Amino acid sequence: MNIVVCVKQVPDTWAERTLRPADSCLDRASVDGVINELDEYAIEEGLLQAEAHDGEVTILSMGPQKAAESIRKALSMGADKAVHLVDDGLAGSDALGTSLALSTVLARIGFDLVILGAEATDARMGVLPAMLAERLRVPQLSLARKVEIDGNTVTVHRLTEYGYDQVVASLPAVVSVVEKINEPRYPSFKGIMAAKKKPVETLSLADAGIDPAQVGLGAAATEVLSFAKRPPRQAGTIVKDEGDGGSKAAEFLAAQKFI
Amino acid sequence: MPADRMLPTEQAADLVALTREIAAKELAPLASEYEAASRFPREQFRVLGKAGLLGLPYPERWGGAAQPYEVYLQVLEEIATAWMTVGVGLSVHTMACYPLARFGSDTQRDEWLPDLLAGDVLGAYALSEAGAGSDAAALTARAVRDGEDYRVTGTKSWITHAGEADFYTVFVRTSDTGTEGISCLLAVADTPGLAVGPAEHKMGLTGSPTAQLIFDDARIPIHRRMGEEGEGLRIALDALNSGRLGIAACAVGLAQAALDEAVSYSIQREQFGRPIIEFQGLQFLLADMAAAVQSARATYLEAARRRDAGLDFRRHASIAKLVATDAAMKVTTDAVQVLGGAGYTRDFPVERYMREAKVPQIFEGTNQIQRMVIARELRKAARSR
Repeated sequence: MNIVVCVKQVPDTWAERTLRPADSCLDRASVDGVINELDEYAIEEGLLQAEAHDGEVTILSMGPQKAAESIRKALSMGADKAVHLVDDGLAGSDALGTSLALSTVLARIGFDLVILGAEATDARMGVLPAMLAERLRVPQLSLARKVEIDGNTVTVHRLTEYGYDQVVASLPAVVSVVEKINEPRYPSFKGIMAAKKKPVETLSLADAGIDPAQVGLGAAATEVLSFAKRPPRQAGTIVKDEGDGGSKAAEFLAAQKFI
Repeated sequence: MPADRMLPTEQAADLVALTREIAAKELAPLASEYEAASRFPREQFRVLGKAGLLGLPYPERWGGAAQPYEVYLQVLEEIATAWMTVGVGLSVHTMACYPLARFGSDTQRDEWLPDLLAGDVLGAYALSEAGAGSDAAALTARAVRDGEDYRVTGTKSWITHAGEADFYTVFVRTSDTGTEGISCLLAVADTPGLAVGPAEHKMGLTGSPTAQLIFDDARIPIHRRMGEEGEGLRIALDALNSGRLGIAACAVGLAQAALDEAVSYSIQREQFGRPIIEFQGLQFLLADMAAAVQSARATYLEAARRRDAGLDFRRHASIAKLVATDAAMKVTTDAVQVLGGAGYTRDFPVERYMREAKVPQIFEGTNQIQRMVIARELRKAARSR
């Protein structure tokens, strides 16, 4: 089985992140890049499914040269090979452009199953899995907390507010995963050494046959008009317990619609 | 803020990144709780083992990673920054593997080394005795040949993670010929006649038990002797030379943790309407702490690079151990000062760092012994000129 896991390098979640004043794009250069957290679960699920079904895992990442670090980490976790789509013309792509670029590459390399995190921690759009499935004309199974493959059928438990839905589709398909699905493994030193020898294909827009006019900041259908720093946190409400602390706390929670 | 590192290869950088990730997710969140409860992080050593971090400097043929000391020590430093007990434990495990890896026969190495380096097995190092600390050659635990075995009787002291380890590299007396009468044996933890004493009540590193090993007519097969009979003291001192570099790296890691905590606190803490880091009195203290950490790191890396290049590094290892552990004592003490009253409470980790910094000045050769070694090497060098 040919499994492709889409991996995005994002700025470290713990670092302070800003937009660049010049083009209102996320400043990716000044902070450490890490694998988008949910994509680590996607990698783990890809590896588990490949182990169970004698498959092969290909990592697909679109991003600047620096994203090669994240690809290396995915390979050191155990993926077999990788495709890195890297081109200055891709910078500033919105979800439409990104899904066009990734789906073009996916159609080119072929797949039985595409797995990716349900959203990325930088933009938090959460629309890419749906867009990819639509562009590729294959079923989308979203928010999976469990994936089972039997022959040509994939079944997922889709996370809902009330528990889960069981969703069944035929392969090929796109599956997006949530963090309840598994526990991502750490790479090992042997994995790090092995990753050195695994094939990484680097594609430019021209190599991949993607029209530069349809991707990048210029082609984006969305635009950031203005942005401001998040205001500093307001001081919290202090409730003094005069025998009625419990009911005051309950009132507060009710007012905030927590209960 | 993580330490800036210059690493020799991309793989080394990936290895340090992996170490930082494991340290941040698996070690740092548990350190204070486990230390307070005197709980040994056995599972965390397994996580390190699975990632291949328990055999870094040893040959790939036996499951090691064949990493130079320059890289192994920086990995160790990162671990000690997250949790000193785990750093020291890893350093001791690496030293416990050394006699087998360096002096064992191929048959011995083929048989045991892969298990020791694979990560599921933890090793300890048993040289000291109640009456043989700095004067290690005064040890009296005795091994007498009986058929295919040695029968070992005696008590070893100050054994790091005693009772938790799966094997012990033990130094015993096989004859009364002083420094020539010591041999090195590999004892498995469940050897009949081998018991572990009660844990010492220590000032720091409370997550790891330190106890006596009591041998009462315990049988250890002769084929578990590393090197020749009588070669033990040389093996012990050779292992200690490298072990000192491990302790130097751990001390730097601990000092880095204290510095990080002090900087982060002094940015947040406001007095007289300003963060206290804006006051020169504090700035100079923090700058001196940073200078101590960085110069100690440079000192152990210099010794490591000499070792990796196959040059003599005895003097450099002793200087690194002396400089790094004294730096850790000073930096952790100053970190408590920066945090003021808060630093003196157990709500912040710096008082623990300060307690943990004391023992590296004592173990793996006291800092007074390091000075003896340094002076002896100076004299030797001057005479050979």
